[in-house]
Amino acid sequence: MLNQNYIALIPLLPIITFLIIGLIGRRYFPKFSGILGTLSLLTSFIISAFVAYQYFFEVGKVDGVYQKIIAMKYVWLQFSPNISIDMGILLDPISVMMIVIVTFISLMVHIYSLGYMHGEPRFATYYAFLSLFTFSMLGLVLSTNIFQIYIFWELVGVSSFLLIGYYYEKPSAVAASKKAFIVTRFADLGFLIGILVLSYFTETLDFQTLIQRLTTEGTYLNSIISVSFLGASALTWGLLLVFMGGAGKSAMFPFHIWLPDAMEGPTPVSALIHAATMVVAGVYLVARLFPVFSMSCPAALNVVAYIGIFSSMFAAIIACTQTDIKRVLAYSTMSQIGFMMFALGVSSYSGEAGVGFMASMFHLFTHSIFKALLFLGAGAVIHYVHSNEMKDMGGLRKLMPITHITFLLACLAIAGIPPFAGFFSKEEILTACWNSNKIIFGAAVITAGLTAFYMFRLYFAIFWNKEYKSHNHDSLEHHHGEAPGTMLFPLIILAALSVVAGFVPFSKLVTADGIGFGTEFHLGFAIGPVLLATCAIALAYYMYAKESLVPQKVADSLKGLYTAAYRKFYFDEIYLFITKKIIFNLIGRPAAWIDKNIFDGFMNLLASVTESISNLIKSFQSGKVQEYAIYFFAGTLGFVLLFIYLWT
Amino acid sequence: MNEIGLSEILVVSTVLFFTGVYGFLTRKNMITMLMAIELILNSVNINFVAFNKFLYADKLDGLFFTVFIITIAAAEAAVAIAIIIHLYRKLKSIDVDDADIMKF
Amino acid sequence: MSASTVIFYIIASVIIGGGILAVTSRKIFRAAVFLLFSLIGIASLYFYLNYEFLAAVQIVVYVGGIVVLIIFSIFLTHASGDEMKKPVLWRAVFSALAAAFATALTLLYINEHNFTATANATVAPTVKNIGLQMLSTTQHGYILPFEVVSMLLLAALIGCIVIAIKIKTKE
Repeated sequence: MLNQNYIALIPLLPIITFLIIGLIGRRYFPKFSGILGTLSLLTSFIISAFVAYQYFFEVGKVDGVYQKIIAMKYVWLQFSPNISIDMGILLDPISVMMIVIVTFISLMVHIYSLGYMHGEPRFATYYAFLSLFTFSMLGLVLSTNIFQIYIFWELVGVSSFLLIGYYYEKPSAVAASKKAFIVTRFADLGFLIGILVLSYFTETLDFQTLIQRLTTEGTYLNSIISVSFLGASALTWGLLLVFMGGAGKSAMFPFHIWLPDAMEGPTPVSALIHAATMVVAGVYLVARLFPVFSMSCPAALNVVAYIGIFSSMFAAIIACTQTDIKRVLAYSTMSQIGFMMFALGVSSYSGEAGVGFMASMFHLFTHSIFKALLFLGAGAVIHYVHSNEMKDMGGLRKLMPITHITFLLACLAIAGIPPFAGFFSKEEILTACWNSNKIIFGAAVITAGLTAFYMFRLYFAIFWNKEYKSHNHDSLEHHHGEAPGTMLFPLIILAALSVVAGFVPFSKLVTADGIGFGTEFHLGFAIGPVLLATCAIALAYYMYAKESLVPQKVADSLKGLYTAAYRKFYFDEIYLFITKKIIFNLIGRPAAWIDKNIFDGFMNLLASVTESISNLIKSFQSGKVQEYAIYFFAGTLGFVLLFIYLWT
Repeated sequence: MNEIGLSEILVVSTVLFFTGVYGFLTRKNMITMLMAIELILNSVNINFVAFNKFLYADKLDGLFFTVFIITIAAAEAAVAIAIIIHLYRKLKSIDVDDADIMKF
Repeated sequence: MSASTVIFYIIASVIIGGGILAVTSRKIFRAAVFLLFSLIGIASLYFYLNYEFLAAVQIVVYVGGIVVLIIFSIFLTHASGDEMKKPVLWRAVFSALAAAFATALTLLYINEHNFTATANATVAPTVKNIGLQMLSTTQHGYILPFEVVSMLLLAALIGCIVIAIKIKTKE
């Protein structure tokens, strides 16, 4: 049932839409392009939902274990009898879950953009790019082959670049798109090397074969472990380099610097790419290779865990000080992805100990829903206020009631208040940490509290605080009021889902080894984090619900920390220092000097020698016929003499 | 005509040839340069005829070459004079040194 | 020294003298007339060698055609009595020396070389023989060059008209 070709339609419909809109639609039916993109994605979503139903409830489970099913596979590029790049579709719990999430969120964003992007001059181009992105992301999650995932990985990067730079008239958007592309590309270099290392030792690019060879004792595993470099085995290096690629896409420390700047793109794009789907690609990649990480190389998994928790906490602290609402959401995204990462990092492979893996996927699932909702809600606010800054907002709850309610639900979900979606997934993560690593557990609880604080800081600053003053001096009647229906509809749907998504029995469906298990709910364990989150919300209420001087005082009392966090711990400056001062000055400039003076100089020398010689002989061409005749005559005579007297 | 052999005629044609070359190199006037060219062509004609007469009397090829050279010389003279007249209209001069507008 | 020899030397001196004067005379019209003498001298040389047909062609084409054409063009472009500029001295000297040197060299080799005449039966250069071979299509016929040269003359005719035609410009 599942190896039928219609599954290929899920990624193919968006790419066909991209081609149609990109080649024809932009010129001939720009207005209709949005509808076309939405309809094609709706079809895609319905197919994915059907596939998911089929997989989880009818054919996927054999003897209580969810199988990995190769629904389709074409050899695309054959290197040797063993190594080939294939294009195929791999169905297993995580990929099926991902296609549902990606098509669903993308569908929501498509609908939302009909209202949000209405009247933009490059409306059709926008939809073409969205379709391209959706195609790439679907191709990524369905990959059967590590090289296929790399190809789609780069395609995702390109479409992200295109969409961040959508407002290419704005220099900041151009700079942000370049930054995102270069930073992730740099990380992808590591990914590529990692792929090469792993496939060199295992002699395959296919995921299943690769995982199988790296997790079972045998010649392949022995050979990759026996080679070591700088004190770590080739396996560790390979996995860490692959994780480097994942960290780049998922904005983990130290590759996080591109994500906040990526908010220069249109807000629905931020919701789709930089919150819900693309940035979790790194998590997905680690999850895809999770058996290798957990069974053969716990050291690499520890690195994943520590980088995850560090990024998570680091981002949460920065998020508390930012004033641009999209940036707050961006850092919150980074923080939540950190949660997913360290949940993977503390997990084991099978059974109850694999709760971290399950929790990570669960959090990925719920997070994509409520984070998309938060971004779309923020988009609606920005649409209304025409500003990203908190200081321009406040008191919007009366003006935008629906947005207000949905935003509040999303904030409750991300803060981990029961019974909203985030509560369940976060509890699972904390349980997993408690079981394996107490240090990470402590940090995770603190980060969870910070999350509640900064989210409600954001919420109160937008919807409560001071009375809203329209800075365009329009009277409020003239203002367009609540956002249009195409924007509200996704908000409502997503809000409803963020309430109920937590009740999905995830541990039965998505686990590392495919065997479902039951989780009991520890009431006593949940009290602590929920209480902490509630206190954080109360603190936020105290500080931000009314316009007051408290935040300023707190900021003053923590001056050093506040400024550092506000300046994002100076990471942009450090990177600039490294690239500009060190790389440019020490490598770039000498290279440029050599190029300019030695290589160019040599070429210029050739040119000037030629020029002076030709200037010299140019005077022979005087235009005087008789001079030519004299040269000709003298030359002929010379040849005659030469041949008669000297040649013999 | 026993005494007059090939070499005497070749002397005449050689002297005439280099007289023509001298004229071509020294004359400034395009028409006189054209005359010098006619002299050169005629000296060649003399050569052809003389070789035909004294060395290859069994054939007429030298004679035919002479005929064709005369034909071509006539055509060449006509074209040259057309060019000279055109240049004269353009430059108001038939001095060869004035016609140097096509140099670099 | 037989009469024939004397006649040859007279003809030779007319040819060479006319030629030299034609390239040195400072008056262009005189130069044309000296050229005429030289060409007539060449025609008489052809008579002397018994090439009557060629001599006639020489007179008709050169004397009757080209020299007249040259004289006409002199009239069209010149005040014919004007003295021409003297040639540049260094160039005149160089050209004279080079020409003299080349003449000497050539004469030297003419002197040294042994010409051997063919022993075959001679063909008389009569008009009949010339005409038969000129229009013959067999192996030694000249019909193809004859036709080609007619095309050349046509091209030259049209070319001269195109080059020399006066294009009326709107003024």
